[in-house]
Amino acid sequence: MSLLPNTSVLLGKELRTEFRSRELLTTTIIFILIVIVLFSFTFDPTSDESRHFGSGLLWLAFLFAASLMLQPCFLREQHNDTLSALRLSVSDPFAIFLAKLVANTLFLLITELLLLPIFSAMYNVPVLPVLHWLALVFFLGSLGISIVGTALSAISAQARMRELLLPLLMLPLLTPILVASTEVTKSLLERAPYVPWKGVGIVAVFDLVFLTVLWLFGEYLLEE
Amino acid sequence: MTPPTVSPAGLRLENIEKRYGSLYALRRVSLLVAPGDCVVLAGRNGSGKTTLLRIAARLVRPTSGSVSFFSSERDSDTENVKPGYVAHAAMAYDELTAEENLRLFARLQSTRQLETRVDTLLSEVGLGERRTSLVRTFSRGMRQRVAIACALLKEPGVLLLDEPATGLDPQGVAWLATTLRQLRDSGCTIIMSLHGESEISSLGTRAVRLEAGSLIADTRTGATFRTILTFADA
Amino acid sequence: MQKRALGAAVVVVLMVAAAYAGFFIAPDEKTMHVLQRIFYFHAATAWAGETAFAVCFLANLLYVWKRKEKWDWLGVSAAEVGLACITVVLITGPIWAKPAWGIYWTWDARLTSTLVLWLLYISYLVLRTMVEEPDRRALLSALFGIFAFIDVPIVFGAIRWWRTQHPAPVIMGGPGAGLEPTMKKVFFFSVLALHALMAFLVAERYRLEKLRAEVDVIRREAEAV
Repeated sequence: MSLLPNTSVLLGKELRTEFRSRELLTTTIIFILIVIVLFSFTFDPTSDESRHFGSGLLWLAFLFAASLMLQPCFLREQHNDTLSALRLSVSDPFAIFLAKLVANTLFLLITELLLLPIFSAMYNVPVLPVLHWLALVFFLGSLGISIVGTALSAISAQARMRELLLPLLMLPLLTPILVASTEVTKSLLERAPYVPWKGVGIVAVFDLVFLTVLWLFGEYLLEE
Repeated sequence: MTPPTVSPAGLRLENIEKRYGSLYALRRVSLLVAPGDCVVLAGRNGSGKTTLLRIAARLVRPTSGSVSFFSSERDSDTENVKPGYVAHAAMAYDELTAEENLRLFARLQSTRQLETRVDTLLSEVGLGERRTSLVRTFSRGMRQRVAIACALLKEPGVLLLDEPATGLDPQGVAWLATTLRQLRDSGCTIIMSLHGESEISSLGTRAVRLEAGSLIADTRTGATFRTILTFADA
Repeated sequence: MQKRALGAAVVVVLMVAAAYAGFFIAPDEKTMHVLQRIFYFHAATAWAGETAFAVCFLANLLYVWKRKEKWDWLGVSAAEVGLACITVVLITGPIWAKPAWGIYWTWDARLTSTLVLWLLYISYLVLRTMVEEPDRRALLSALFGIFAFIDVPIVFGAIRWWRTQHPAPVIMGGPGAGLEPTMKKVFFFSVLALHALMAFLVAERYRLEKLRAEVDVIRREAEAV
């Protein structure tokens, strides 16, 4: 079963490439930061209002950032035809997806956790007491965004107008993530925080379902 | 060049058809390549050479027809034979070094004695000194050497090359000819698409010609090397 | 030609009958009276649209498996007709809501989910316009179609849960709403009529797609000469 070894080798490559240039991470962080700042002009960020709207803002920012960050995912494999090289080397094509989606989840999570304190300070919303729960919902949500985004990036890389097409395809599909994650985050940021487990469950189910779908159909996404 | 340690495989293409919408790229192409053969695939641009090679490499799925590899040895596993494939693109990551690229693909293919094999290949293709340079900095000739090194990692029984001499300077062509001759002589099955006669084409033990997706001539059935190759410029 | 004309006639008869039933046979509803009758059309069209998308999903699966272009033709036909049905649902909902609640839209669970459904299949069609080569287009849109359809129940579930967190008026017959027996019969007859209409439209659209593909073949052969 060479899936896991292949995946870890490819994951190593994805991480090494990104940490060498850090271009995806830096641009994504700056993008989310800009959105957070601009959003402050759309409503009065008092503490209570922020608790109310802040979670929606965060998740929208994450979604838009992801739809930009995931563009190069498969596009860059067209350069030098490295995708063919990968397809000729791995025995299970799902390893290619698995490595990329784990890397993408990690990158998203890093940017989200880096920006959380900035959001907390700017909008006067304390996050420290619920940090571990926030990390959980950020992780599950980012995983869902990555799974779908990585799969769709393989599609958009083969189409025209891919810069607009990827968000167009991703955003409606990710509605459950947006809805459930925002709701869970909002509950965590309230004055009396609590964890709505049903919401967490919805995100987890989404992740599981789409990981399975990707596993079943991934190789067709890579066909020439 | 150390000879490949696995026995060379033959390639059987049966009734390969490839359609793109209503456009036929390949029309019922059948080809049997015996183990150890060195086949030159000639044809004009757009005749289907690249498509045929990519189908043989199992990168493209044919609309109908089958691709299979076979070996003279009964026990060898030819179901999962992945041929070596070299095209115009480097098929290596620009942002990694030559060494890192080779190691990456070697690990993915579970190459035995990885470090030794990588070292050997790098020196055999003449990249020993540039092993820690990023592929981004490589010339066309050096990129091709990386591509060939990667293709040889798995000690393939079949090596497929798509117009390998394109863009190479005379030294590059000479190096390629030498390398391919060594591979051929050690028994590796080679199928390469070419444009016209050259140092490389003279290595072939057989030539076939594709025209508008169909196989129209074969040295096996009487055509000469020269006619097959020079058709191209007619 | 005759089969098509017959099919069209059957659909017209069923639709007229359903309309008649909806206006004259179904009893008056106690709070909204005549306005409520749009329900038969609205809800039945929603069901027909969802069936169309299910057909699209099956066609998508069959295409990925068999790679025969007829499944691609069926897929796009079903998606377009489904989208048309959903568009009607999204228009008749507000038409009902305005006189009933005074506002056009209330972000109620079902209507919101239907809106997302609409966006999903719009994306499906946009994807198709962005891929020129027919086999590529068929495969990529089939794969996206599979993703989209599997997402639908999760979308509906997520939005329904979200709504429980923020209760709001339900546009048409919430979970508690029951239908009186005659109403039920009229409703299911409407469902039948709308499904007949949907099937007829899908068949016509399929025929159009098939002709388009045949013209394409002829054109390419002419160009090659």
